[in-house]
Amino acid sequence: MDLTVIDWLIMLLYFVFVLGIGFALKRYMKTSKDFFQAGRSLPAWICGLAFISANLGAQEVIGMGASGAKYGIATSHFYWIGAIPAMIFVGVFMMPFYYGSKARSVPEFLRLRFDEKTRAYNACSFAVMTVFSSGISMYAMARLIQTLHIFDAPFQHFGLPLGWIFHFAIILSAIIVLGYIFLGGLTSAIYNEVLQFFLIVAGFLPLVWVGLKNVGGWTGLKARLPQDFTHSWQGMTNAHTNPLGVEWFGLSMGLGFVLSFGYWCTDFLVIQTAMATDSEESARRVPLIAAIPKMFFPFLVILPGLIAIATPAMTSHAMLAAGQTMPSMNASARPTPVGKVAGTTTMGKGLIPVKVNAVTGKVLTDEKGNPVLDYDLAIPNMLLHYFPTGILGLGLTALLASFMSGMAGNVTAFNTVWTYDLYQSYIKKGAPDAHYLQMGRIATVGGILLSMCCAYAAMSFNNIMDTLQLVFSFVNAPLFATFLLGMFWKRTTSTAAFTGLVSGTVAAIIHHGLTLPADAHPGIHGGWITVVHMYPSEMAQNFWTAIWAFSVNFILAVVISFFTEPRKESELVGLVYSLTPKPVEHHMAWYARPSVIAIGLIAMLVTLNLIFK
Amino acid sequence: MNLDLRVPMGLLFLIVGAIIGIYGLVTRGSVIYERSAGMDINLIWGAVMLVFGGTMFVLGRRSDKLQAGKPIEGTTQPLGSGRGHGH
Repeated sequence: MDLTVIDWLIMLLYFVFVLGIGFALKRYMKTSKDFFQAGRSLPAWICGLAFISANLGAQEVIGMGASGAKYGIATSHFYWIGAIPAMIFVGVFMMPFYYGSKARSVPEFLRLRFDEKTRAYNACSFAVMTVFSSGISMYAMARLIQTLHIFDAPFQHFGLPLGWIFHFAIILSAIIVLGYIFLGGLTSAIYNEVLQFFLIVAGFLPLVWVGLKNVGGWTGLKARLPQDFTHSWQGMTNAHTNPLGVEWFGLSMGLGFVLSFGYWCTDFLVIQTAMATDSEESARRVPLIAAIPKMFFPFLVILPGLIAIATPAMTSHAMLAAGQTMPSMNASARPTPVGKVAGTTTMGKGLIPVKVNAVTGKVLTDEKGNPVLDYDLAIPNMLLHYFPTGILGLGLTALLASFMSGMAGNVTAFNTVWTYDLYQSYIKKGAPDAHYLQMGRIATVGGILLSMCCAYAAMSFNNIMDTLQLVFSFVNAPLFATFLLGMFWKRTTSTAAFTGLVSGTVAAIIHHGLTLPADAHPGIHGGWITVVHMYPSEMAQNFWTAIWAFSVNFILAVVISFFTEPRKESELVGLVYSLTPKPVEHHMAWYARPSVIAIGLIAMLVTLNLIFK
Repeated sequence: MNLDLRVPMGLLFLIVGAIIGIYGLVTRGSVIYERSAGMDINLIWGAVMLVFGGTMFVLGRRSDKLQAGKPIEGTTQPLGSGRGHGH
């Protein structure tokens, strides 16, 4: 990669500012509330942008670009169906309970509404998950830095072995994220998430512009792609007639309802940003403000994937070819034979190279003998192909920023849940506030160290990480049913909630063990008990696992509630919809009312789906 | 004392915009812009970032000055409530 001083300077500036913000905020961190909850004092627009940025880690950016290249504009379902409706719901209906109940975290809300065991179950699984996600972010960043050869030149200049780049990237990201959270707590994390949001926009908007111009605009792009790549709803009546391999019901119920509501309405990683606002009204507006940019993000992160496919033939300059995509620890030091690269890239599609075995140098093929494409390189190759030095530094900084803020959101969620829900509740109750503030800082260091362990584990044992990710999906799948019943049905009892939650997870495990996606072998992909049903794609299997988990949790919790003693209604005021005074909106200007914003958002959503149907 | 995010963010965009813009000005007509469909993307985007950064910086500073005029309660809060942005 031919980076110049200009590119380095931009990256360096970003790091200086990120840490500078942390230092500037340090003096405001006087109480645990300042540190864990940003003093509940931030304006709604800041928290709104942080709300989507917390989720917009680099895996998301790279993954969405990859999906765009693989499936086309249908990937936008992950935004339009898989995020916006849930964001509207959490803002309009659920936020008053999270904010109004004075709970400091999502697990704490579960304790207020149900009991200790439900909270402990949620807090423990969530804490493990955050550390794991932050570790995966760290690992992915180090791999990308290695793959793009960002640090190769300075390492060679100082005569350091290139094999150290991976460790250097891990340690560098750990120090920076630790630095700014340790100093400025949640405020620092939120500020950096907002900074990252604007950097992503600033880095990717010119990419889409230049890319579109090069392929002849939207019409030119459409002409170069298969027809179903530019239509998101085509062939959705049957799972076998669309690229996603899932039919409209599985898509809207599995992704649009269970998975998306389960994530956006219950995950403390995003909810914590809304809970940092200065009032309940602002907290309700946070997800609604976030939904506006979220709706247009497909044009920023999915479109580059489509352009990557449509861009004519690879040129030789600086492009990442297949042999360099999966470097082992020392592989990056090995020059790739030129002939091999040229031979393999011609088999790729647009800017997407084929995957090559790093050791043997052979092209990887699927079961039918077709070469496997490395879609994850869609976005990085777009940056390298279209950006000259200067703006290339900005594009790379945006990518690095999204890795960092993805990690930071997880680390702040971890330190809060650890300190409030585990340490203060079960290890040391009733200590002075300063003690918990200190514990928060220690938890930040601990969280980062554990993330580093996860990053190295991910490097050494790929299968263990896949399995863990699968286990977490089982734990998360039934979660929304518990919150839905807890908030909107006063009869739901604690025993019912806990039993339902655990049974939902068991149902997800059993469903996974009994089904298999087409073209997969029994094992990690499913069917490890016996195969009773085949799904056309892994995505369809995931969606239906979630639907089963949710349904089992919901039905069991309702049935058990009828056989167990409910809590007194007076104890549930502020926690259940029917027993809580409705939020008053008439004193706000009409355009600032959450219900009006929600209707506007739904209209925009329908319009976008109609345009790209 | 408050820290309005728009001040440091505006500053970062101003500096980066200036660097990219000046570099774009110096390298006008260079072959490096063959990549970006013939456009001097550094100059154009540098200018866009300067405008955005400048706007953010000015807005942030103005709200800081307004805030400084008022008596401040709860100095542990980095951003006072009810300061008129977004609500």
